[in-house]
Amino acid sequence: MATKERIALTGNEATAMAMKQINPDVCAAYPITPATEIMQIFATYVADGLVNTELVTVESEHSAMSATIGACCAGARSMTATSSQGLAYMFEMLYIAAGLRLPIVMPMVNRALSAPINIHCDHGDSMGTRDAGWIQINAENVQESYDNLIMAMRIAEHPEVQLPAMVTFDGFIISHAMEPVDVISDAEVQEFIGEYKPRFSLLDIDNPITVGAIDFNDYYFEHRRAIAEPMINGVLKVAEEVSDEFAKKFGRKYGIFQEYRMDDAEVAIVVLGSAAGTAKYVIDELRQKGIKAGMIKIRLFRPFPYKQLAEALKDVKAVAVLDRSDALAGMGGPVFGEVRSALYDLPVRPITTNYVYGLGGRDITLDHIRGVYGDLLSIANEDKVPANLVTYLGVRE
Amino acid sequence: MANLKELSKKGKTLASGHRACAGCTFPIILRQVLAAADTPLVCGSATGCMEVTTTIFPYTSWKTPFIHSAFENAAATISGVEAAYSSLTRQGKYDKEVKFITFGGDGGTYDIGLQSLSGAMERGHNMLYVCYNNEAYMNTGIQRSSATPKGAETTTTPIGKARQGKQQYKKDLTAIMVAHNIPYVAQAAPSHWNDLITKVQKALAVDGPAFINVLMPCRLGWSFQPQYGMQMARDAVNSCYWPLYEVENGVYKINSKPKEKLPIAEFLKKQTKFRHMFKPGNEDKLADLQAEVDRRWEALLKREAMG
Repeated sequence: MATKERIALTGNEATAMAMKQINPDVCAAYPITPATEIMQIFATYVADGLVNTELVTVESEHSAMSATIGACCAGARSMTATSSQGLAYMFEMLYIAAGLRLPIVMPMVNRALSAPINIHCDHGDSMGTRDAGWIQINAENVQESYDNLIMAMRIAEHPEVQLPAMVTFDGFIISHAMEPVDVISDAEVQEFIGEYKPRFSLLDIDNPITVGAIDFNDYYFEHRRAIAEPMINGVLKVAEEVSDEFAKKFGRKYGIFQEYRMDDAEVAIVVLGSAAGTAKYVIDELRQKGIKAGMIKIRLFRPFPYKQLAEALKDVKAVAVLDRSDALAGMGGPVFGEVRSALYDLPVRPITTNYVYGLGGRDITLDHIRGVYGDLLSIANEDKVPANLVTYLGVRE
Repeated sequence: MANLKELSKKGKTLASGHRACAGCTFPIILRQVLAAADTPLVCGSATGCMEVTTTIFPYTSWKTPFIHSAFENAAATISGVEAAYSSLTRQGKYDKEVKFITFGGDGGTYDIGLQSLSGAMERGHNMLYVCYNNEAYMNTGIQRSSATPKGAETTTTPIGKARQGKQQYKKDLTAIMVAHNIPYVAQAAPSHWNDLITKVQKALAVDGPAFINVLMPCRLGWSFQPQYGMQMARDAVNSCYWPLYEVENGVYKINSKPKEKLPIAEFLKKQTKFRHMFKPGNEDKLADLQAEVDRRWEALLKREAMG
């Protein structure tokens, strides 16, 4: 059985600790609230000689991702961390990291995007990069953030995957909240992630490679199609395998999404991030009253588990998708679009509505969630698609 | 110093078959830089002419390992490669001696990549950054950059009725790099190959970052006949428009002092981008540019005299 130590850590502290245990060869990073602490703590490990990492304190997030890409192409296990505007500034390089098939793993603390400038949580930053070719794994709490980072190394570096992974968690709500965390020993983390063995390296001077060549219309399409392949077939399978192995070793089972009291659920919420914890509390309350409420917590948003999610929701009468960002497309948030698409092929579909909530760190309360389940129960009873599919929850209109 | 024939056989040079324009001078610069190195190299490049003409998939002209990732980040990208090298060497996972060189055009160096370059130089990576400076955005079709000289016609500073050519003097990037207090900074030109190669060798020998700004006559953007590339570079040096100098640990040395300064008009008149300046009524513009070249040259002489 694995060694267990339970200590109190914030999300940023747990992430920095996981990074210390991963012990990457290179980290390049730039400070940004609320992710700053991760690299700040990590820098103390570097200063104390507790890691082998070359820490590159770059002058911007664009350079952070550029240097991380350079390091990864030189055969180094390479990481960075960021949030919000920092992620937006990296945007160009995110596509290049994925296009070059680099297994970079990056903690990404969710924070609202400007304008107006705001330092608190919503998912607009990571959602804005959802088509960049990065795996996106979300967490409900500090423990899950810690575990996800360790699992993400295995998923990203898997030969059938070879894609970068963004491990996201909610700014302040998780990054700065202290929770008890079961910590794995350094040796067990190292054993779990294994040695990094890149197939190609710029430092292999006897076998020179050209990285970042130009493709014209005779090759570009094939290379982009090749990136799509693991997103279609490989990542979800690998993520399940890694999750199973992690559960066997360390006793915590996650899967690609979590079903909470879904067995006989008639109404359900689909949500990702820390709001899942709030929803679970309300579900337990409703269940005591005999109401068949359930929830699905999305863990992998990229790739999105379309088929698995449709199967899990097929017997539900009404579904509310909670989005902590707005796609500004005139039809709610990005998670809503994915869930509706997933459900479309079912012979009998649940009625699906959307709640955009929590932008810029606005609290989502138990009463908000109670209200959502109240709406779902009326929709289920009436069995009619409501006129208004998208509700902005907790906003002053 | 070996002679040119010997040098052409030295090092992992650029393979033929690349798609640079006939008469383009960056392949000459690149071959001189690559021939200068005695240790294995890992090279990088910003997006630009050099990268798009030498790496057309599934081919490559590079015999050294090579990385391009984007336009504004050649310095940051190679700094990551160098960081990986340092880390893996320190951990005992790698045992070869390798040097790192990255290239960028003036667009990728003077303008969009300046922050990335400044950051990498300040951090002290063991790397050489070579700017192949053709004084405009040539790859996208001759738009002005901050390296474009005053008066030059480009596609974004056309010759119109109200305005003719670029309105501003060019930025002195070499001086900005000197201000970073890095061990080695130089200006060079491919016409003076002996000087250029020596500078690359000095740059690779220092412990820390080095920067070389190489003037690159562009036959398309400057518009001259393909055989005149080296002549253009020589004229630029002999007119003191492009002084060859180096700053080694803060000490200035001018490497070429023309006995007779070639009038700037002699250099400009061979390029169609300045043809409007030779029309009657524009004498003051020509004089203005000559005065600016003289001012900068005098300042450099004074700076050298200070040690």
